[in-house]
Amino acid sequence: MSTTNPARIGRRRGDRRVARRIANVTAVVAALVAAFPLYWMVLSALKPDGEINSSSPRPWTWAPTLDNFRDALGVSGFGRYFLNSLLVATVVVVLSAGIAFLAAVALTRFNFRFRTTVLVMFLVAQMVPIEALTIPLFFLVRDMGEVVPQVGLSTLGSLMLVHLAFSLPFAIWMLRGFVAAVPDSLEEAARLDGASRFTILWRILFPLVAPGLAATSVFSFITAWNDFIFAKTFIIGNTDNQTLPSALLVFFKPDENDWGGIMAASTLMTLPVLVFFVLVQRHLVSGLGGAVKD
Amino acid sequence: MPAATTSPARADREKSPDRPRGAAPAPGARRHRRRPPVPLLLLLPTAIVLIPLFGYPLYQLGLLSFMDFGQEQASGGVPARFIGLDNYSKLFGDEQFRDVLVQTVVFAGGCVVGTLVVGAALAVLLTRVGRWPRLILMFAALGAWAAPAMTGATVWMFLFDTNLGLVNEVFGMDGHNWMYDKWPAFALVGAVVVWHSFPFVMITLYAGIQAIPVSVLEAARLDGASTWTTFRTVMLPMLRPILTIVVIQSVIWDFKVFTQIYVMTQGGGIAGQNLTLNVYAYQQAFAADDYSLGSAIGVVMTLILVVVTVFYIRALRRSGEEL
Repeated sequence: MSTTNPARIGRRRGDRRVARRIANVTAVVAALVAAFPLYWMVLSALKPDGEINSSSPRPWTWAPTLDNFRDALGVSGFGRYFLNSLLVATVVVVLSAGIAFLAAVALTRFNFRFRTTVLVMFLVAQMVPIEALTIPLFFLVRDMGEVVPQVGLSTLGSLMLVHLAFSLPFAIWMLRGFVAAVPDSLEEAARLDGASRFTILWRILFPLVAPGLAATSVFSFITAWNDFIFAKTFIIGNTDNQTLPSALLVFFKPDENDWGGIMAASTLMTLPVLVFFVLVQRHLVSGLGGAVKD
Repeated sequence: MPAATTSPARADREKSPDRPRGAAPAPGARRHRRRPPVPLLLLLPTAIVLIPLFGYPLYQLGLLSFMDFGQEQASGGVPARFIGLDNYSKLFGDEQFRDVLVQTVVFAGGCVVGTLVVGAALAVLLTRVGRWPRLILMFAALGAWAAPAMTGATVWMFLFDTNLGLVNEVFGMDGHNWMYDKWPAFALVGAVVVWHSFPFVMITLYAGIQAIPVSVLEAARLDGASTWTTFRTVMLPMLRPILTIVVIQSVIWDFKVFTQIYVMTQGGGIAGQNLTLNVYAYQQAFAADDYSLGSAIGVVMTLILVVVTVFYIRALRRSGEEL
């Protein structure tokens, strides 16, 4: 490099600074574009009706109001649907984390005959178009309801069961990377100290895998929280057991949409997921790394 | 070899024959790995959930597709009749089905290309910006990622609303209905899908680029390689495994888009112009009460995705994933 003259280096450094500034600006613009729909959603939820229905919408409001939220929660019963969604998602997250943890331990810490087959099955299960399974599942849930009414059509129990089933394959696949990352030696040491297999699983491995469980839980939560098709298909009689996504569809009217209400309900539906995402954001990225490539 | 007699599965794993019965294992020997019942016990809860709620419905889906199963059969009045491949021959003779198949492939393909172009471009951008712009872009992407499909659909519909939408206002196209023509409607739904799924591609590829050792890039630079050459000959080959996985994941997701189409085009668009396989199957089953035809469409979809999955598994293997 000794032959390069200083002026050239200086110019190059200047070029680089300009290039970097352009990159910075582009990144911020891209961020604004990506975030804009969410901003518009929250803004519209806070706008008074008059501004929503004006044909010249402004990207701000001087008279924010909670009326739309009040209407959505009160008149339209969104409070109840919100709690329904939360209940379903919570049950699914807890059960799926526990079950997936055990399965992930089996698949990483043990060697058994059909291990690879089981793994490939979990992978294939993620590809199955679950929307197509609504048809047989509709009849299965209908028939189950005759034996156990708690999991029949129009119950939250039926939603919990199917979401549990559909979140498990991915949860197991993702957790596998996290369990594999915990060194064997810790369990080894505990075993030499005479700890039982249950103690090792529960007191040693579980806390170490907890960050991974958090990341995995986001996906289980989203599977249950975002589901539209099963709620729409199963919850047909008792609208009290509606969950948020399918209840949102009620707001849609062919000619006149109550956009303020729709945006308020959409905001209510997005917030928990957003909070969840931000909380586990760090683990999420490393977890995906683990899920995509060990 | 006394251990071999305890169980056949155990015999399978027991490779050290000379340990006397009852003797303590050598220190550090992983004795637990040799007891087959434990992993099966750990997998039992999974099996209890997945066999009845995943395996059985999948089997039923296949079975239904060979039956005549409509409203009378569903309500239990008339027994279901086995009709062999009739549903399938009906499907492939049906012009609408062929249209739906083609437009599903075009729509999913468009979404995949859009997602990858946006995601990859922003991933490269992320490597060249300062700390704050990077955090801001990451955070915005996280928001788009977190937004449920349902709310993404509603917000974009509002933005593109015929009379009250911001977009028509800004571009002076008041009264323009974006959902009226087939391809603009597909493009709008596709934009929502891309908005939802570019963050995954961006963040995964960014992580992949970060994982390339600086020394390798440095060496290329010292050898006089331009930025473009470095990208093409050094970064791209190293990113190929991750890229393959991202592409196939996107294909799988975008092929199965349901909520956005169903909500934004109100069940498949004007005269069904925006139907995709998923929505078509659903409509055949639950709107037209032809559950067996809907199942046949579901089977066709599953088969297509199984083929994609085979490629996926091969890509995973090649990238060094241990199965």
